Amino acid sequence: MESLSNKRKVLESKPLNLWERIYLPAVVKGLSITLKHFLFKKDVTVRYPEQKREFSENFRGMHSLKRDEEGRERCTACGLCALSCPAEAITMIAAERKPGEENLYREEKYAAVYEINMLRCIFCGLCEEACPKEAIYLDGDIVPADYLRKDFIYGKDKLVEAPLNQ
Amino acid sequence: MSIFYFIAFLSILFAVLVISAKNPVHSILYLVLTFFTFTIQYILLNAQFVAIVNFIVYMGAILVLFLYTLMLINLNKNSEPMKTNLVKIAAVLGGGCLLVVVVAALKATGASDPVLFKDPNLGLVKNLGKVLFDEFLLPFEISSLLLLSAMVGAVLLATKDTKTA
Amino acid sequence: METGELIVRLVLIVVIFLISLVIAMYSTYAERKIAAFFQDRVGPNRAGPAGILQPLADGAKMFLKEEIIPTNSSKFLFIVGPSLAIMTACIGSAVIPWGQQIQIGSKLYDLQVTDINVGLLYIFGVVSLGVYGIMIGGWASNNKYSLLGAIRAASQNISYEIAMGLSIIALLMVTNTLSLKEIAAQQHGWHWNILRQPFGFILFIVCAFAETNRTPFDLPECETELVGGYHTEYSSMKLGFYLFAEYINMFVSGAVMATLYWGSYNYPGMDWVAGHTGPVIAPLIGTVVLFAKIFLFIFFFMWVRWTIPRFRYDQLMDLGWKGLIPLAIANIIGTGLWITFFK
Repeated sequence: MESLSNKRKVLESKPLNLWERIYLPAVVKGLSITLKHFLFKKDVTVRYPEQKREFSENFRGMHSLKRDEEGRERCTACGLCALSCPAEAITMIAAERKPGEENLYREEKYAAVYEINMLRCIFCGLCEEACPKEAIYLDGDIVPADYLRKDFIYGKDKLVEAPLNQ
Repeated sequence: MSIFYFIAFLSILFAVLVISAKNPVHSILYLVLTFFTFTIQYILLNAQFVAIVNFIVYMGAILVLFLYTLMLINLNKNSEPMKTNLVKIAAVLGGGCLLVVVVAALKATGASDPVLFKDPNLGLVKNLGKVLFDEFLLPFEISSLLLLSAMVGAVLLATKDTKTA
Repeated sequence: METGELIVRLVLIVVIFLISLVIAMYSTYAERKIAAFFQDRVGPNRAGPAGILQPLADGAKMFLKEEIIPTNSSKFLFIVGPSLAIMTACIGSAVIPWGQQIQIGSKLYDLQVTDINVGLLYIFGVVSLGVYGIMIGGWASNNKYSLLGAIRAASQNISYEIAMGLSIIALLMVTNTLSLKEIAAQQHGWHWNILRQPFGFILFIVCAFAETNRTPFDLPECETELVGGYHTEYSSMKLGFYLFAEYINMFVSGAVMATLYWGSYNYPGMDWVAGHTGPVIAPLIGTVVLFAKIFLFIFFFMWVRWTIPRFRYDQLMDLGWKGLIPLAIANIIGTGLWITFFK
């Protein structure tokens, strides 16, 4: 059939000539190529745990729950992140702010428990987009490996940013 | 001398196991051991060249080929054809005849004097080569021709006939 | 044999045995490192500095792993297979001369376990026996892949043994002896056999690759086609023995090639060195030179492995029977003509 794109290339496979059939010259050529790699080429690998490759700007890693400029947690436990999550990795329990806790939580309602199952999370970043309070960002490192499934459910202890004045 | 008897006993033992083993592959492996004891016998006779050639050719090549073909064939009890009584009787008769001939031949020679080599180093490569290519040149060359013709015949049998195929 | 010589022999046997085991161990490390360098990687670097303890870790792993013997295998032969493989690999080094005669006290001792006058044929015999370990193991596993690997090993070894033997015959016509000690001594200084038999050497090294089952002739164990070939069913140290046997074979065939073609312990200017260092140091330098050559061969084995892809089975047979054997016969005829007219 006639090619419509005109990109088709017809390859000819000619029978090998004597020089090619001796096979040894081709072997020598191949050996010289591999030797070049052995002697001169720098290795392209990164020794990972010690050495890390820089993340790109839009890299999405572990989540962190942000604080505002006074060090108060921004999250108000509206549940939009959990709603938007396609993997249903986020759960939370809301609680009312008591008097005297104004320096801890920005809004009157806050998340008493906030859990992300890192085995379910697909790092799509929809929670980030859904959050009206700019409280959650996927700006962390790669989630580390672990032995037990239960250890992949990250609570507030691992997710909330460190307080400002410490 | 005691080494000889021990090795001879082993060769006979393994040879018996070759024909009594149920599994053909085991049988071949016993045959390998039998040939190995032969190699030791040759070394005891100071016939190094024959020993090593026996080692390379029989143990290293021919028996490997035996094993090779045996592994390709699915040999089990069901596929083995039953032998008729006629064949069995014929086999017994043939074996008996062979036994008679061998015993008669041994009896005719009688108790011969032990063979003494004029040169105990005859089995070494250098001496053997000189004898082979000097005294026995004609038989040697004829046997090589025989092998060549056998080889050509085998190739002829193996190649497909282009006309019929 | 008097006691002094007996002790030297025993020490030599133990030392050579240990050296071949250590070299086989570190060949596994070298293989991984060299493979990494060829592929622009780093290779093992966790166990010890630059991963130098990796072989020990691998060995410990091999010993500690679970031992599995398939239910429907023939158990005795299943154990015999790897034992035979490693035994035939180890006995090959018995006839190789590791150096010149060394002077201890006032006596001269050979650096060779035994000098039998059919040494070359002995090595050839041991090599031809090596296939039994693979065949028995592959058959006893009662596995199709193993059996196919074993069958390939058998046909490959037999085919390439012929070409190897023929290339050795051409060498024998030049050296006029089968004793490896004499062959080594003949190549004094720079009179290496490679200069007299360059073509024979190429044939020999191709066959050596096939006999040691190294790439591009690793059909008996190719993991892409036969899972693991003859050692598919093997685990733990039995598998370790098969892998070890391959590396020891590589070491021994490197030693054989160095001895037969690349001047053994000889090097240009050895007389001058011997005059300046005395009868103890000079042979040891020769031994070091021999080992350097062996290591170069091992490196070459690995270099080729990471360069050339595996042959197809029919290509393998074509190369063996239609390529190497006629060439080897031509080499014999050529050598014969050369001896008749120029000597």
